[in-house]
Amino acid sequence: MKFRSYFIKRVLTWALTIWIGVTFIFFIPRMFPSDPVQNMIAQITARSGSMDPAQREALESQLRVQFGLEGSLMQQYGSFLWNGLLHFNFGPSLMSYPTPVNDIIGRNLPYTVCLSLFSTVLAWTIGNLIGLLAGFRKNKRSSKILEGIAICIYPVPYFIVALIFQIVFAFILGWFPLTTTLPASGDAAAFWAALLRASILPAVTMLLVGTGWWIISMKSLAGTTAEEDFVRYARYRGLSEGKIGRSYVFHNSILTQITALAMSLGGVFGGSIMTEIIFGYPGVGSLVQKAILSTDYNMILGCITISIVAVSTATLIVDLIYPFIDPRIRYS
Amino acid sequence: MAKFKKFWKNANFRLKAGLIITTIFFIIGFVIYFFPHEDPFAFNTYPNKLGASAEHPLGTTNMGQDVMWLLVEAIHNSLTIGLIVALIGTVVGVFVGLLAGFAGGALDRVLMLITDTFVVIPSLPILILMTSLMKGSSTVILMALVLAMFAWAWPSRQIRSMALTIKERDFIHTARFSGEGTVQIVVTEILPFALSWSLSNFMNAVLSAIGSESSLAVLGLSPGSLVSLGNMIQWAREKNAIFTQQWLWIGSPIVATVVLFIGLFLLITGYNDYQSMKRGR
Repeated sequence: MKFRSYFIKRVLTWALTIWIGVTFIFFIPRMFPSDPVQNMIAQITARSGSMDPAQREALESQLRVQFGLEGSLMQQYGSFLWNGLLHFNFGPSLMSYPTPVNDIIGRNLPYTVCLSLFSTVLAWTIGNLIGLLAGFRKNKRSSKILEGIAICIYPVPYFIVALIFQIVFAFILGWFPLTTTLPASGDAAAFWAALLRASILPAVTMLLVGTGWWIISMKSLAGTTAEEDFVRYARYRGLSEGKIGRSYVFHNSILTQITALAMSLGGVFGGSIMTEIIFGYPGVGSLVQKAILSTDYNMILGCITISIVAVSTATLIVDLIYPFIDPRIRYS
Repeated sequence: MAKFKKFWKNANFRLKAGLIITTIFFIIGFVIYFFPHEDPFAFNTYPNKLGASAEHPLGTTNMGQDVMWLLVEAIHNSLTIGLIVALIGTVVGVFVGLLAGFAGGALDRVLMLITDTFVVIPSLPILILMTSLMKGSSTVILMALVLAMFAWAWPSRQIRSMALTIKERDFIHTARFSGEGTVQIVVTEILPFALSWSLSNFMNAVLSAIGSESSLAVLGLSPGSLVSLGNMIQWAREKNAIFTQQWLWIGSPIVATVVLFIGLFLLITGYNDYQSMKRGR
């Protein structure tokens, strides 16, 4: 029973998060005085020369339908939820009109997902292992040095670490390309080699900043757990230090870290956006930047809706794994 | 003074280091800032692209601005934004947290559901949408208000759980039985607790607000005439300071941001350790 109520509460929070986020996205642009359709027509005219009035009117009503700007506010809201949220249909992109927004996002999303997933999982694993060792052997010199390094990296924003890496490793040392250029045609091997080379700096940036936090938090958790009575009891029982570390300290600290992982995903995603922009990595972040530069609202809206859904769902997945690791929620 | 001496004696290394670094930044941002100098944002005040000299310790930019005074102004503005956001976030967070913790029941559940939503929602994409719509017309205050929308949720969660534990303590019952009203109890008995708890939340909010503002600046979404740490980095990037190797210009805001963030973080963790030591753990 306990698991069921936990499950229902989490799914409810998930749906509510997405709903609040999407509602925000829907109403904010409508509070601003500028009319996106007029802006778009102005931009299309600027690009493709003049347009006769009849053509212009036809385009305007067509765009109103495509943008879901027809009917009352509530009708618009309903169709936005229906098309955007349930069918991921955000209409055509302005910067590469008339390609649909979701086609372009579909091409870019895998890069961001791979980058974030890889660096998050690795950072969490490495950081917690180091943090556990450092917290368990608090007074060793190596523990203090590791924590010192973590403290100097973690609080710094992702894009600054990325910028420093870009200056040092790409510009001064020249080990990596300054920005990502993937061969458009040619064989698969060359493509993957270029992609791998371009992914190293972004991945290392995200890995370092992420690992820093897990080291710091796990060290303090493990340090506190190691002084609890049940750990003292385990010592009196004569268990080996390795056994105490694995079964007592690790098991009890890792639970908090799983919840913390779920909480941190939004921040990781934001970090991934910023890192991509600095390195010109072809993910959703670079797409958002291009969309901002060319005021492509459909694209901005699409990227943001998808990122809210993606981050909330990832959070939900981590939260649903939790009961399988914490027996207190499984059995009541 | 004697009180401060005692505090300093008991303070741990991190708290001391963090306090010193943060104090230096506050002196730069709120004391040195008021020393008479030319408007650092104005173009062509000085010759372009000067190196370091006695007159311009950090050189000048491509637009003939003095990098040192630009940096002072950037630190002033970034700290101001951070402080405004943290103030709003903490006040709203403490209010919502206390309300939820003390009201209980349906109100508590609804408030916490909304709070939980704001804790996990990815804030950067929404900030990007809002600021890209304000592009050009946004001001420092507007920017701070937008950032504050995501600064209240975390403190409100923390304060609520604190309120839940304090609610059952003896001195609250004593106050209630002596005829104090709920509002009076919250103001005189609970708020002092909440404030010492909120201090580390407050510093955390300063840090993350400055971070978010600089992230938006790199996207070109911070107000264009606002001299902030993020904008300063972005301007130097746009003018290719990396390729022309004007390290003082692009390096000084980067180094300042890194040192400020490490300082604030040391202050936060040092303060938390200090508090838990005082509580005898």
